[in-house]
Amino acid sequence: MSRRYLARYLVSRYFSSSVSPRPLHVCIVGSGPAGFYTADKLLKAHEGARIDIIDRLPTPFGLVRSGVAPDHPETKIAINQFSRVAQHERCSFYGNVKLGSDLLLSELRDLYHVVVLAYGAESDKDLGIPGETLSGIYSAREFVWWYNGHPDYSSLKPDLTSSDTAVILGQGNVALDVARILLRPTTELASTDIARHALSALEESSIRKVFLVGRRGPVQAALTAKELREVLGIKNMHIRIKETDLSVTPADEEEMKNSRIRKRIYELLSKAAAAAGTSESDPDQRELHFVFFRQPDRFLESNERKGHVSGVNLEKTILESAGSGKQLAVGTGEFEDLNCSLVLKAIGYKSVPINGLPFDHKKGVVPNVRGRVVSQPVEGLSQTERGLYVCGWLKRGPVGIIATNLYCAEETVGSISEDIEEGVFTSSKEGSKGLMQLLEKREVKKVDFSGWEKVDAKEKQMGSERNKPREKLVTWDDLLAAAAAN
Amino acid sequence: MLFNRLSRLGSSIVKELPRERHFSMRGMRILQRSYGQYLQSSESEHHPCQYHEMVKPFIGYVMLNDNISSAINRERERNNDLALAQTNLVTCPMPQRQTRSFHEAFFSSNHHMFSASYSTASEKGGEETEKINVIFVDKDGEEIHVKVPIGMNILEAAHENDIELEGACEGSLACSTCHVIVMDTEYYNKLEEPTDEENDMLDLAFGLTETSRLGCQVIAKPELDGVRLAIPSATRNFAVDGFVPKPH
Repeated sequence: MSRRYLARYLVSRYFSSSVSPRPLHVCIVGSGPAGFYTADKLLKAHEGARIDIIDRLPTPFGLVRSGVAPDHPETKIAINQFSRVAQHERCSFYGNVKLGSDLLLSELRDLYHVVVLAYGAESDKDLGIPGETLSGIYSAREFVWWYNGHPDYSSLKPDLTSSDTAVILGQGNVALDVARILLRPTTELASTDIARHALSALEESSIRKVFLVGRRGPVQAALTAKELREVLGIKNMHIRIKETDLSVTPADEEEMKNSRIRKRIYELLSKAAAAAGTSESDPDQRELHFVFFRQPDRFLESNERKGHVSGVNLEKTILESAGSGKQLAVGTGEFEDLNCSLVLKAIGYKSVPINGLPFDHKKGVVPNVRGRVVSQPVEGLSQTERGLYVCGWLKRGPVGIIATNLYCAEETVGSISEDIEEGVFTSSKEGSKGLMQLLEKREVKKVDFSGWEKVDAKEKQMGSERNKPREKLVTWDDLLAAAAAN
Repeated sequence: MLFNRLSRLGSSIVKELPRERHFSMRGMRILQRSYGQYLQSSESEHHPCQYHEMVKPFIGYVMLNDNISSAINRERERNNDLALAQTNLVTCPMPQRQTRSFHEAFFSSNHHMFSASYSTASEKGGEETEKINVIFVDKDGEEIHVKVPIGMNILEAAHENDIELEGACEGSLACSTCHVIVMDTEYYNKLEEPTDEENDMLDLAFGLTETSRLGCQVIAKPELDGVRLAIPSATRNFAVDGFVPKPH
């Protein structure tokens, strides 16, 4: 423990009149960035905090493991700090423990003073248009989990050989990620931690053209500069952008003036459009097309393969002001078809509600005030759920980067600290001991951090045989077996 | 010459003690202990007492030097007191320098432990040229004064001094968690322009200001002596505290 914290601790103990129980039992549900930053800050702020982090997967780290693209290894370095937190003497990780099936929220709240829900957003926004259930249409999340070896999606088997075209709806960083994985030469992917089944499928893939379709213009595209610079710099990948799409309106100028990132994106896209016209055509070349001002109206079914998608019917849009600088897309009644055999919807995630938890279905988040969960009884004002907090996407919606959770956690931990000072947590709770008893009674095969370290070691060892940083274990059985091995 | 050195040492000792970032009582105990190690070293062929009076103030200077004392503090925290006795940081030089004079031993640039401070101190006559003062303002508004060696980046400096500055990607320009705000425009202008890669990450930083930089890209140099860096916070409103980023 550092001297500074020792000094602060001694002073606060001497002068404090708080009634915080020792130890303070905390359970964090979800072991992604939100969960780990919350644990980190709680450990630093409270000497008496004893934290259990649970996750339904046997492996920790959430989207850092299953969401970050295989060709972005530097982004995964955050795992080092998270591991240090998990190895802290007052913190424990338990994987393969699912809230809702292995135990109920009410049981957690009985066992712990503080329960923080940080389980993110494991579902998707729907378009709600005809043909959405045709095969060949996936959410980007499913596709990302497939190539990242998530055990729930290893048998997805997306069809990559029926045509040379894939359409991605959405122009955020997830859309760019999946476009890049579809178009990057597989020789480059072979030395990443991409899942083996995905690498094989991509090696057989006939996809050479990817269309990134957005309903608004280049000034509104949700992607960010680093990712855009990256795709613009990939060798032998040709970018196609229509010059006409790049004309800006006064409203666009206003948006760019207020946001340096919007301006930077627009400039990059303009440069790319100018350079694009000069490249030659080659049958095997890979093309990334940016399509602006088009919204999907319905999906087209193939005549040769019933039940399978063969294209998207798109409606042209124009932008209308929605007040306070925002512009929304509005259909013009003009339509055109875009043929393809694969559609990936990268239009946003959605959180999954659980029993006993207040949920705002419209926004897709748990209603909260600075991280304290609030419920809305039928009549009267909202009421704070004592001891129940949220952090991360479940709290703010599925937006932001890993770093956003740093400040999100700071806010939630701030609220928890205030509650501790106000003496909200006076009763004694069983904490870890109670959880262990409950899990044993229900025969849950929990995976602790040392179990994950065994999985980690095995994956790294298998990876070293193939010049990869790791070869991921992609089924529940393999993961649990490796975690339990001696 | 010796007397000059002694008086300079005396005043530096007086100046240095309150500035150290640890409890001075514990600090002094460490200093005395390590100092004792030097005098008690039995591995040297030359009896240490020969050089006792000459060496004593220099050892004192050694101990007070930040590099050594912070390194000692770190070792102390990691090992117990007994282990400190064996730590190479303090005892190694003695046996290795048996065949050379103490002067050479202390001021030799071969020994990395002392070269940064001693060669500068003896050659240039100043004690601060190799380190600059940096003031971190944390999310509670507390000011923390640290000394940063020239060439070290701010993220590393923060970690060396237990400042709560996150570095998720450990300096790979793949995140914005080491975001710091340079509180005075003058100092901001002395920094090198951010690269495209840094700007791309800064674009996404929480609480971005006109004078924001990524800590891992700010390298300590003499012109930055006295720079104040604020750490952004979700629970602290800069305007309320009176800090308003000055316009260019």
